[in-house]
Amino acid sequence: MAQLNMVQAINQALSQEMARDDRVLLLGEDVGRDGGVFRVTEGLLERFGRERVLDTPLCESGIMGAAIGMAAYGLRPVPEIQFLGFTYSAFEQLFAHAARLRSRSRGRYSCPMVVRTPYGGGIKAPELHEESTEALFCQVPGLKVVVPSGPYVAKGLLLAALRDPDPVLFLEPTRLYRLLREEVPEGEYLVELGKARVARPGNSVTVVAWGSMLERVLKAVEGYDAEVLDLLTLNPFDSEAIISSVQKTGRLVIVHEAAKTCGFGAEIAATVAEAAILHLRAPILRVTAPDVPVPLAKLIDYYLPDAQQIRFALDEVLQY
Amino acid sequence: MPEVLLANFQTKRLEVLNEKGEADLELLPDLSDAEIWRLYELMLLARIFDERAVALQREGRIGTYPPIRGQEAAQVGSAFALNQKDWLFPSFREMGAHLTLGYPIPQLLQYWGGDERAQKVPSGLNIFPFCVAVGSQIPHAAGAALAARYRRDPVAVVTYFGDGATSKGDFHEAMNLAGVFSLPLVFICQNNQWAISIPLKGQTASATLAQKAIAYGFEGVQVDGNDVFAVYRATRQAVEKARSGAGPTFIECLTYRMADHTTADDAGRYRSGEEVSFWAARDPILRLERFLEGRGLWSPQKREEAAAQAAAIVDAGVAEMEASAPPAAAEIFDEVLATPTPRQAGQRKVR
Repeated sequence: MAQLNMVQAINQALSQEMARDDRVLLLGEDVGRDGGVFRVTEGLLERFGRERVLDTPLCESGIMGAAIGMAAYGLRPVPEIQFLGFTYSAFEQLFAHAARLRSRSRGRYSCPMVVRTPYGGGIKAPELHEESTEALFCQVPGLKVVVPSGPYVAKGLLLAALRDPDPVLFLEPTRLYRLLREEVPEGEYLVELGKARVARPGNSVTVVAWGSMLERVLKAVEGYDAEVLDLLTLNPFDSEAIISSVQKTGRLVIVHEAAKTCGFGAEIAATVAEAAILHLRAPILRVTAPDVPVPLAKLIDYYLPDAQQIRFALDEVLQY
Repeated sequence: MPEVLLANFQTKRLEVLNEKGEADLELLPDLSDAEIWRLYELMLLARIFDERAVALQREGRIGTYPPIRGQEAAQVGSAFALNQKDWLFPSFREMGAHLTLGYPIPQLLQYWGGDERAQKVPSGLNIFPFCVAVGSQIPHAAGAALAARYRRDPVAVVTYFGDGATSKGDFHEAMNLAGVFSLPLVFICQNNQWAISIPLKGQTASATLAQKAIAYGFEGVQVDGNDVFAVYRATRQAVEKARSGAGPTFIECLTYRMADHTTADDAGRYRSGEEVSFWAARDPILRLERFLEGRGLWSPQKREEAAAQAAAIVDAGVAEMEASAPPAAAEIFDEVLATPTPRQAGQRKVR
């Protein structure tokens, strides 16, 4: 089986699905000739032609809005927004239209599209290139939010997202694009949306993470009897998996690279408090970035949660 | 080194029917007397529908409503040039276009009555839901036009919006996409000259809106929006051009919103009675009546008959709208996603 990095795994998923389904089209800035700024779409223009891989003008709202029209017309567009921070100028399209088209047309139109965007910090890029504001998008009913944590799940989740009948925001952690290689089956397989994955079984504490934090958490928990859940889909998220793990371990630590206030960790903590508070033996702790804008390269490592912060939190909840 | 003249541009206005009801026979579209009478009936229907909707809002029988009075020629004339397979991406003030294309009247009223079920467009019509956010429907039309071309469907995609929308980024992004990809797209701007209280001069410093198309590399034309023949002629040409693969067109219908922005607005706060009277004398329905009269096709009695017929259609629509059962609370969970999330399913159960 081939050892692929996440860029190659995503490229393979796109390529295979485009070959299988002629409704799948890519559009975005630099996705064609250049193969995308991270080379995720490399070779797809050559293979599928200009009608299927559209190099657009520089217009995030236009790209998102056009994808909505394409989806309503019966295609399965895959708009790429170059960085999550650039989706802000397409917010209205994503929130007011993509997420609500099925609902506001009472099912006459739907919006099956996958918005791909690099996300998260740790690549020493300029301002707005390292955002992790995933929780903003999870507040919107009608929009699914998926975050792969490695090459294997990235391919399976993307294939599942491409076949989903509703809009999916597919957040690709840039730090992971080339960080790790995994065995990725050449054939097609789906990783179901909405399901978490036990990345490491354990009994004394549950640690929930997603995206690029997973790799950091798995290193930090070495030597602990910790169960690590890789959430994979943030909306809808697998609350059952979290609750049943917490019922077993009695302790919960949530790790995310976004700012703390109204981060997705708050949703998880509240869900566990509602459903399993009597199983808890310790307070729920969140290890997150501070409530400041993502800093530039010199201080990014100070901003992102590190292994030591994660271990401090584990030590604290294990005292109870 | 000398300055070099790179380009010269012109912007044209198309007028076919003047205020006296006299038509330029060279430009008069090739329409039969029956078709012209149908245009008249539809404009009357739009006027009477609109008057009833405003009255229903005043009586508390529907919610806030945006009147279309004065824009009947621009809406009916343009929609009359479309066919069933074309796609329409409207804003929120094109009920005249909806009526022309046969959108059910009870459903139009039901929407403005706050019943979301009304947004489910009947399956024979390729119309998008009303877009309350200004201008954000315009890129959707660009996407549908891309899809139509990819599918080799010989259809035109038409989007309507007002003068205010031309100030928004989405308008410019969609115009640019249309130009770059040479899309089968027709932009129909209802320049009714007021975006709530901001007049056209507060919206743009350009002499016309039509000229904006020049910057995007395709044809823009201004038409007299109170002249149903000019609107029809320009739209007909633009949709045929789109269907044949010759690219986009921008049409500015120069018209006037004779009523308030919505039933929650009071236009008397920001514009003069003289201005409204000036435009009332240029009423698009009056103008067509003069034309029809000149051809011996119109009389006050014929108007009475046509108006009574339209009123009966609207009355039946009002009755049907008011007889429909209210939506059930649990319906808020319907159609949010193809399959509800576990959390939505749980929330629905306890409602």
